[in-house]
Amino acid sequence: MSAECMLETRSLCKRFGGVSATDDVSLCIYAGEVHALIGPNGAGKTTLISQLSGLLRSDSGKIFFSGEDVSRKSAAALAQLGLARSFQITSVFQELTVIENVAIAVQVTLGSSFRFLGNAAKDPAILGPATEVLKRTGLADKSSVLASRISHGERRQLEIAMALATEPKMLLLDEPMAGMGQAESNDMITLLASLKGDKTMLLVEHDMDTVFTLADRISVLVYGRVIATGSPEEIRANREVQQAYLGDD
Amino acid sequence: MDNALNRSEQSKLAHHKCRSFYRRHRGSVLPGMINLLVLVALGALPVIAYLDGQIFWLDVATRLVILAIAAVSLNLVLGFCGLASFGHAAFIGIGAYAVGIPVYHETYGGFEMIAGYSGWWHLALAIAVSALFALVTGAISLRTRGVHFIMITMAFSQMMYYTLVSLQEYGADDGLSIDLRSELPLLNLDDPLHLFGLCFASLLGALLLSWTLVRSRFGKVLVAARSNEPRLKSLGVETYRYQLVAYVISGAMCGYAGALMANFTVFISPSMVEWSRSGELIFMVVFGGSAYLFGPVIGTAAFILLEYFLSRFTVYWHLPFGILLILVVLFLRGGVSGSIARLFSKRSAVSNSVSVNSTSVAEGSAPAIQGSSQARGEDTP
Amino acid sequence: MDYSILVAQAINGLQLGVLLFLLASGLTLTFGIMDLVNLSHASFYMLGAFICASLTLWTGSFLLSLVLAIVLTGLAALVIELGLVRRLYTLPHLDQVLATFGMILCLDTLVHIFWGPAGIVMPLPAWLNGQINIGEIVLPVYRLMIIAVGLLVAVLLYVLVSHTRTGMLIRAGASNRTMVSALGVDIKLLFSGVFVAGSVCAGLAGMMIAPITEASIGMGNEIIITAFVVVIIGGIGSIKGAFVAALLIGMIDTLGRAYLDTVFAAFMDTETAETAAPAISAMLIYLLMAVILAVRPQGLFPPRLR
Repeated sequence: MSAECMLETRSLCKRFGGVSATDDVSLCIYAGEVHALIGPNGAGKTTLISQLSGLLRSDSGKIFFSGEDVSRKSAAALAQLGLARSFQITSVFQELTVIENVAIAVQVTLGSSFRFLGNAAKDPAILGPATEVLKRTGLADKSSVLASRISHGERRQLEIAMALATEPKMLLLDEPMAGMGQAESNDMITLLASLKGDKTMLLVEHDMDTVFTLADRISVLVYGRVIATGSPEEIRANREVQQAYLGDD
Repeated sequence: MDNALNRSEQSKLAHHKCRSFYRRHRGSVLPGMINLLVLVALGALPVIAYLDGQIFWLDVATRLVILAIAAVSLNLVLGFCGLASFGHAAFIGIGAYAVGIPVYHETYGGFEMIAGYSGWWHLALAIAVSALFALVTGAISLRTRGVHFIMITMAFSQMMYYTLVSLQEYGADDGLSIDLRSELPLLNLDDPLHLFGLCFASLLGALLLSWTLVRSRFGKVLVAARSNEPRLKSLGVETYRYQLVAYVISGAMCGYAGALMANFTVFISPSMVEWSRSGELIFMVVFGGSAYLFGPVIGTAAFILLEYFLSRFTVYWHLPFGILLILVVLFLRGGVSGSIARLFSKRSAVSNSVSVNSTSVAEGSAPAIQGSSQARGEDTP
Repeated sequence: MDYSILVAQAINGLQLGVLLFLLASGLTLTFGIMDLVNLSHASFYMLGAFICASLTLWTGSFLLSLVLAIVLTGLAALVIELGLVRRLYTLPHLDQVLATFGMILCLDTLVHIFWGPAGIVMPLPAWLNGQINIGEIVLPVYRLMIIAVGLLVAVLLYVLVSHTRTGMLIRAGASNRTMVSALGVDIKLLFSGVFVAGSVCAGLAGMMIAPITEASIGMGNEIIITAFVVVIIGGIGSIKGAFVAALLIGMIDTLGRAYLDTVFAAFMDTETAETAAPAISAMLIYLLMAVILAVRPQGLFPPRLR
């Protein structure tokens, strides 16, 4: 089983004080699939994502990425292995322009930045991929605008662009549509759909329509526990899920 | 665990972010011209005055240029990394003692391992010991951020101060006169013109080095870390290593300035490392405009000239100087360089759409709005 | 070892400790609540010393002068807070460092203009000048009084901070500033009050030390750094931390200077010990701070997370 999983967790737990934020979470995300993680507020989704991306140390349990045990690796080390995360709260380099944001992500992927000579802003090895990613994410015309000056939706797109620029094996997307208007959300869905099949994705999302549109498989997290995993149809049909989540949403 | 204090610190720092360094060229070229003019004036005027028989101005200029190198070095960490070191005077002290001690022993014997008159040896020693000190203290200091970083760098500099005070053989509190200046090929540092030439060339070298560093991949990482360090870490960058290397480079450069300083004053004493010296260095960087390559030079020039003219005008010159410091903080966001950049990018904004953006950058991105940034940060169109 | 000297040194250490606490308590509160790095805090230490020394020479009464000086120092602090300092609260720390560095220069020079470049020696009334002898141990009355006053202030501050509504606001402010303003408290008034109170504490420290050293320009510039070390070690915003760290630093610094050479001599030759000891003892407190920051970056008693 674990050989096919791009990302696998075994009995992952995290407690804050006496409260279990995640409790015995075992998941398997297959290579190439879009796996959605849903659950009511406070179900522990963001905690789980933070554990997966190395920002939170798990109390117990193991995480495997491409078959390698990464339970105790730092966020930086995981990123180098190809696990890219977009943040729920937008986190870009506000004082840099859009292309500079993507360029730094490309540069980081190219290996050590202990290069003291040459003009990085004109380096084709950086500029080429950066421009490419901007085109792909629909930000090409904003490339020289400061990240603090673009709209919220564009900033979320920039997040995805930066994640893509690191050429990750897998994307962890924490509510990429949070706080977006309808038009912006649609743009984002189009963008994510265009990545489907190309990148493995773990998507945390509130909006059910989006989840059922994009996801190959869905896991439902309630009070830190996975109560069901399956295809969108299976999840829709699952009574426990309906009771716990869909019913009173 | 990310303490809230750090978070408030980070948000404050975020407001303090200056314009991205590599955006400068998009604005007008005039600020660059002004910088060039200042540099030429700095190189030429004192020499002309000297040839005209006025030695005094060459002395002022030499001191200015040496301190400018120190300020440029401080700006590497303060401006481009956003790390306010309050202990850079320690490196000046190390550099100065790296000249004084070998000369002392060569003259009076003892400690033959390091004794010598050779300028190469002095400079190498100054750079090596400063770099080592920066490596050790930086490795510890860089674990902290914000105020803690300010205070811990100051603490290390105080340790250096008391170490120097305890060196009985080298005059302790009173310091030590240096009998002979460093010996260098082709140069005679006893000749004020030669000394000034060396210092000025060194300043050009320091500026060139900073410029190269800041536009390199290495520099991009530093600037990005200043802007949003957690994000950069999540991209897989161990920011700590880069900042440590920057800190070591900065310390070595500052130590070099200290070696020049010893050759200029022919006197070394622990007072070179007093914490107020570090405070003055910070003033030079901030007044000139941190995050601007040339800012520290302008800041140092302003400091030296103010000191000179105010102290001629009144023995109480610290009063107007202190008031000026407060006014700078309250009203001169981004320092002189920032003000110049703002001034010119406003003018050219009419004709050039890119610089409209760059104007808003100069005004909107932090230095201009630190006080009210929370209110204005989010209301951008 | 001579125990009477040890006791005398311990008294000195304790005295330095309470003085540091008087300085650091105000510093840690302005730091913790207003987020202000105030390098010029010790200028009030100097100001208090000068005002009190002058008044004592003029009125002849130490106690009366002490009371008057407290009022005057408080007034000076209030004027400065209203005129300048409150504009600094929202600025980045580096700007605060620079602006308050400017304030030091201004206040130092103003004192220079009013009182001249030399310091003022301040006489001590006879009733404080004595000493208590217990066997071989000699206890100077005045130092004991400083310690008593310092501890009294510490107790008052403790009661104020942990048992009153104002104190609750101050504590809340140290851990969560937005909450306090959300409570509808006049935050400006609270800030002014804390600043003035902190400055008066610093002034009081200066007034009490003046008879021992003398009031001199720049007397604050060395102790402010030590006070910052106390604040950082204790944890920014924590009165308790400031108290513990101040006594710790006072003791370590004093005893280190007195006994480090003896300690060193135990495991190196006397000459080396005598050369090394003064340097090491002078930097002991900085070493301590570096170690504590490396191990516990938030200090010994950080206020609870915001």
